[in-house]
Amino acid sequence: MAKKVTIYIENRPYLVDEGLSILEAAKTCGFNIPNLCHWRDHKCSLASCRVCLVHVEGERRLVPSCAYPVRDGLKISINDPAAVSARRTSVELLLSNHYYNCQACRKNGHCELLEVAREVGARPERYVGHKTETTIDEIAPGIVRDTSKCILCGKCIEACKDTQGIGILGFEKRGFNTIVGPSENRSFVNVPCIQCGQCTLVCPTGALMEHNDIPRLDLAFQNKKKIIAFVAPAVRAAIGEEFGEKIGTNSTKKLAAALHRLGFYRAFDMNFAADLTIVEEATEFIKRFSSHSPSPMLTSCSPGWINYIEYYYPDLIPHLSTCKSPQQMMGAIIKSYYAEKNNIDKSSICTVSIVPCTAKKYERSRPQLKVNNLDDVDVVLTTRELGQLIRRSGIIWNKLPDEEFDHDLIGENTGAGVIFGVTGGVMEAALRTAYHILTNEEMEPVSFTPCRGLDGIKEASISISGTTVNIAICSGMSNAKVILDQIRQGTCKYDFVEVMGCPGGCINGGGQPYVFPVFLPNEDPDIWYTYKAKRAQVLYDEDKNKPIRRSHLNPDIKKLYNEYLMSAGSPLAEKLLHTSYNSHREMYPDVTDDTKPVTK
Amino acid sequence: MQLRKEAIDIILNICDRYKNEPSPLMLILSDVQKEYGYIPLEVQEIISAKINVPVSDIYGVVTFYNFFSLVPKGKYVIGVCIGTACYVKGGQNVLDKFGELLKIKEGQTTEDGLFSLDGLRCLGACGIAPAVSINGKVFPKVTLQDVPKIIEEYRRLDKEGE
Repeated sequence: MAKKVTIYIENRPYLVDEGLSILEAAKTCGFNIPNLCHWRDHKCSLASCRVCLVHVEGERRLVPSCAYPVRDGLKISINDPAAVSARRTSVELLLSNHYYNCQACRKNGHCELLEVAREVGARPERYVGHKTETTIDEIAPGIVRDTSKCILCGKCIEACKDTQGIGILGFEKRGFNTIVGPSENRSFVNVPCIQCGQCTLVCPTGALMEHNDIPRLDLAFQNKKKIIAFVAPAVRAAIGEEFGEKIGTNSTKKLAAALHRLGFYRAFDMNFAADLTIVEEATEFIKRFSSHSPSPMLTSCSPGWINYIEYYYPDLIPHLSTCKSPQQMMGAIIKSYYAEKNNIDKSSICTVSIVPCTAKKYERSRPQLKVNNLDDVDVVLTTRELGQLIRRSGIIWNKLPDEEFDHDLIGENTGAGVIFGVTGGVMEAALRTAYHILTNEEMEPVSFTPCRGLDGIKEASISISGTTVNIAICSGMSNAKVILDQIRQGTCKYDFVEVMGCPGGCINGGGQPYVFPVFLPNEDPDIWYTYKAKRAQVLYDEDKNKPIRRSHLNPDIKKLYNEYLMSAGSPLAEKLLHTSYNSHREMYPDVTDDTKPVTK
Repeated sequence: MQLRKEAIDIILNICDRYKNEPSPLMLILSDVQKEYGYIPLEVQEIISAKINVPVSDIYGVVTFYNFFSLVPKGKYVIGVCIGTACYVKGGQNVLDKFGELLKIKEGQTTEDGLFSLDGLRCLGACGIAPAVSINGKVFPKVTLQDVPKIIEEYRRLDKEGE
């Protein structure tokens, strides 16, 4: 228990934890001081936005409440006239260097700047003058950057450097010319950016966003393609938030209903492909484990993570599983087995993957992931873009009935597939199947709890028919780095390591709905610290309620192997379901004219 | 662009000089600027890997301070003071005159690599305003008529192999 101190807000006493900032302490007393650069517990290191100013008795000037620690007897006034005016001026000055095109901005509805401007009562065009030169980078397939909307809060820099341990984004130049971006103001494709999208989750404006791929889908509709959509596990745990549902609501059935109403030819659950991935990956693991080839084996489902290892640890690529991610397996199976059995022309199919991930937009374009010169996946939409698609189509979310995803030759799925969306889930699902392959018995109990929880690094040991298998699970690249360094130094004691690019796994992917407390008045004030656990619980509950919870028992998967692939790791499975990696990715390649962002 | 082995060695040596410093970045950049002449992205990458600081941080520092340069500086670096006193005494006009005659803007280098032109913020020599500093040598009370003479002087020095 932290020591308590008494502070006074507008002369009323409140008991708060010592060590908090005024802003955090005030939150526990029921005050939300407007702010734009604060996003974690009193770690706001920059105090850059100057919006959260308050009056503190004895201080000569107004103080930024996010960076001022509370002490006993502190007398604070939020409603002090000078503080109210200063907060408004701060926002008005930010707006003076902002390009007003809110109607056409995709962030509209989720824009913290617009909301805070409303809260502080900012007056339109209070200050008019020069505007900083702007850069628009729409080249990278995953993330786009538009500095005309940037308010230099620095949250993306912290997300990239601290959360992910990478540090692609930084402040450049000085004073009025300052911008935030990759070095030399390059496009994300010309720097070692993994396109995880964690920066897009914290950006308070539309300066950093996912690449908009809805136009690609529109083109497929225009060209009368047979559009086959499939949805990743983590989407069901968050799509409801786009329509005002409480965080932690399971939306699987409404999601299926929405997709049926969007005019797709088929809407499948990508859990099916997750099951397929597990069967392939568990088989691969056993083969590697018994032959003592590079240990540990690293999972390969997360495209942000694949980018990371290719850029920063290319010498460890032999450790990577060669399995494609579920998204790519799903596409590959639809454009082979499914199309052939149903006599559909492969080139008439457009596969649309709906995922919580911005890096998957990049992944679909990887040259290593083509089969017979066809892309496995044609369009990748994030959870947020799906939300936009549903809104645009006039579908009323709350009126949607419960429906099931399609089942047509493929589509059946298990509880093992659904937990793919959370850190530890791939490992747990793989162990269930690996146990069966090695012992011909089923693992009991089916849940393996050491895999669960949101810790950055988890480790466990499991005994399978007398052999001990040491496993580790990590999410977020700063945690992956710890394990990768151990492997490099030869001190790694694990046999099998699951890595997910985003902290907490796909439930917290870069394409998931924003969690901005200012837009979530009905959630707990500490929602920023609890939302990952709530979303994870959705997936674990769905797993618990599934009649089949082991990937190898999925009847559609069994049929796929019996009738088509023959066995896990067969030559055809290798061709369709496995891939290779690039160990020669240049971190800072020379910039060419068509990979240079537009500056004006 | 690939750096030569000797160039990489220079930079790594500089990094080693400050390996016991708690925050060596500024010291390293300062020495690299002096000894290597400029700090392009390729050099920043080497420093980044060596001292484990993201390239974006280093790039931010290099573009923040005027002292650091992303492009090579000329043989003679002309610094024209446009601090308050020199500005009032016509420092900006002197700077513009240098720019006009050398056909470069502030912060740029002539094509022959002979001259770079910088605006400085106070040399601490306000009594002799407007002041110009070239490779450490200070010229007092510079007039517009002096500017072509100064340039000629350094062109001559260069020809004589100074």
